[in-house]
Amino acid sequence: MSKVLNKTLAKNKIEWRRKAEAVKSKPATFGPDIDLSKFATPTEKEKVESLESLSKQAKEAALYVGIDADESFRAGSYFQIDHSVIYERVQQAYQGQLEIMSTSEALERYDWVADLWWQAVHVDQDKYTALAELKHTHGYFIRVFKGQKIERPIQACLFLAENNISQNVHNLIVIEDDAEAQIITGCTLHPRVEEGLHVGISEFFLGKNASLMFTMIHNWAENFDVRPRTGAVLEDNATFVSNYILLRPVKSIQMFPAAFLKGKDSRARFNTILYGMKDSYIDVGSKAVLSNKETKAEAIARAVACDQSQIYARGQLIGQVNESRAHLDCRGILFSSEAQIRAIPELFAEKAPLSELSHEAAISPIAEEEVEYLMARGLSKEEAVSTITRGFLDIDIPGLPPILKGYIQRVLDAATKEAL
Amino acid sequence: MLEVKDLTVEVDRKTILHNVNLAIDAGETHALLGPNGSGKTTLLMAIMGMPRYRIKKGQVLFQGKDITKLSIDERARLGIGLAFQRPPAVRGVKTRQIVELCLGEKNAKKVEELARKLNLAAMLERDVNQGFSGGEIKRSEMLQLLAQNPSFAMFDEPESGVDLDNIAVVGEAINEILQKERIREKKKAGLIVTHTGHILDYVNADRGHVLMEGTIVCEGNPRDLFADIRAHGYEECVKCRRC
Ligand SMILES: Nc1ncnc2c1ncn2[C@@H]1O[C@H](COP(=O)(O)OP(=O)(O)OP(=O)(O)O)[C@@H](O)[C@H]1O
Ligand SMILES: [Mg+2]
Repeated sequence: MSKVLNKTLAKNKIEWRRKAEAVKSKPATFGPDIDLSKFATPTEKEKVESLESLSKQAKEAALYVGIDADESFRAGSYFQIDHSVIYERVQQAYQGQLEIMSTSEALERYDWVADLWWQAVHVDQDKYTALAELKHTHGYFIRVFKGQKIERPIQACLFLAENNISQNVHNLIVIEDDAEAQIITGCTLHPRVEEGLHVGISEFFLGKNASLMFTMIHNWAENFDVRPRTGAVLEDNATFVSNYILLRPVKSIQMFPAAFLKGKDSRARFNTILYGMKDSYIDVGSKAVLSNKETKAEAIARAVACDQSQIYARGQLIGQVNESRAHLDCRGILFSSEAQIRAIPELFAEKAPLSELSHEAAISPIAEEEVEYLMARGLSKEEAVSTITRGFLDIDIPGLPPILKGYIQRVLDAATKEAL
Repeated sequence: MLEVKDLTVEVDRKTILHNVNLAIDAGETHALLGPNGSGKTTLLMAIMGMPRYRIKKGQVLFQGKDITKLSIDERARLGIGLAFQRPPAVRGVKTRQIVELCLGEKNAKKVEELARKLNLAAMLERDVNQGFSGGEIKRSEMLQLLAQNPSFAMFDEPESGVDLDNIAVVGEAINEILQKERIREKKKAGLIVTHTGHILDYVNADRGHVLMEGTIVCEGNPRDLFADIRAHGYEECVKCRRC
């Protein structure tokens, strides 16, 4: 069996590689171009028996992106450092309900994985998708079996420990019919890493009535570049909620995740929290393509720009059929006279006169009246501003460890204090 | 407890209050009457220290101390509280949060009890004033002041937009904030803005002041003042000043 399988895979691979080669130097539509030749190849890392055995620094960095080394509140974990998969485990209680492995392994093990590979994201989109194909360095495969409802979050950490390398992961998430899950993905660095590149392809496939809450938290460094490429395909009555949180400086990040609502009654929601600091260049969008009846999408973005940061908050809603509805809500606050925010909402009704698309976008300072109202209750000006800012960025995301919630508050408090 | 001396206040470069004088002792509750646009809210906002309401001249003294230059929060922490006529909605900040902030860490657990008292238990998880009905807004202001427990409390039209049943609830809250049930050792003081006077059926006021076009034109027993105004309108007050 495996021979036949490997043959199909090998044939597909030739095709993917051919397409990737063709766009090897094609810059992305948005964001600054990155010279890919400067990154080194990392050394292989050893597997670990448990996440607790990781270094204190690694565990702490992971915790701040939602990854808990104490796995008692998780259904399963995946941990990758640089190019090496060092840990993958499904908790005892969830054995047989889901599986977690590297995508390289999944491609070898199941022939159908190759049929999904590069189906939600195009391999020939740009040089970053090409890099992920030509220098593929694992990524996680998470599959939740039909009808299984996994109440605890599944966690996946993509970690960089070496300076000046590029991590080119390709993740594949399959939520089968009637299954439900939550996934927290944390992407972060060892404190010694200053420079590097993270390319992350994520392809999601949600079956009929499937539901997924996906939360991605990023913590990078001032000289670090990030280029995720994400696509989700939804079957009938599937629900996809995608949360994205960026709270630390980054050199540049550019991504425009897309949900393809192919199934009738499918729903997608994007919640995006962007906190721009220092010289960060942040270009993040959300896209929904509504191609079946009764589909609904919502894209909510909150952006706060400090220091000299630049934020592009994009949104694109494409209604291709009647009786599809989508709304975009983007709000921004500038905390510095050297920062910039551009909100770029785009609505496209494609030959579907009964499709309903709407957006509201606003960039405005915190209302003085609201600050004064809270001050009349005894809060200092800083406390009032940070309470309102926190409220502004507060998007209720279940399953986050309390320490991460506390951390988000501390980051916001510190940044607002600085801004005043 | 509170003394306003010769206060002249401008808003957006327009003088609204002219040489207003007012003194409220501990244990007293005063009513401030006056037609729309006469400057009642302006006076309360100026006492609270809202920067938009610029004090051009005069002083505000609290417990003998000149607070004219203090910020809003400094005044609040000294023990001055204000129930707003039209408070802003604060998106993203829950009613529970603001009440807990008013209560302070030690008493934060009392939220539920206070909210039940004002029939607001269901509103605690909603954003402050966001989509609240007129009556809910007023009760939420009462809830916050109860939690804040100021020694001098101002109420800007606490009864407007509130139905009869709820006026009783609001009245009770004001009485509690001002410790009206106490017979001795009344230490708190209050200033209530009203132009219907309904709230005075529930809260006893010791003295009334009539404000017209930014000037206090008449003072006296609040019930008598209201009886006159009901019978003759505010115009009489102006004449009264003239005579
Ligand atoms: N920002 C502003 N610019 C100009 N005029 C203002 C401003 N704010 C208030 N005013 C004016 O000041 C005057 C007094 O307003 P204020 O709100 O104090 O009246 P009020 O007695 O509380 O009235 P009401 O009974 O309607 O609440 C009004 O004529 C009002 O239009
Ligand atoms: Mg008023």
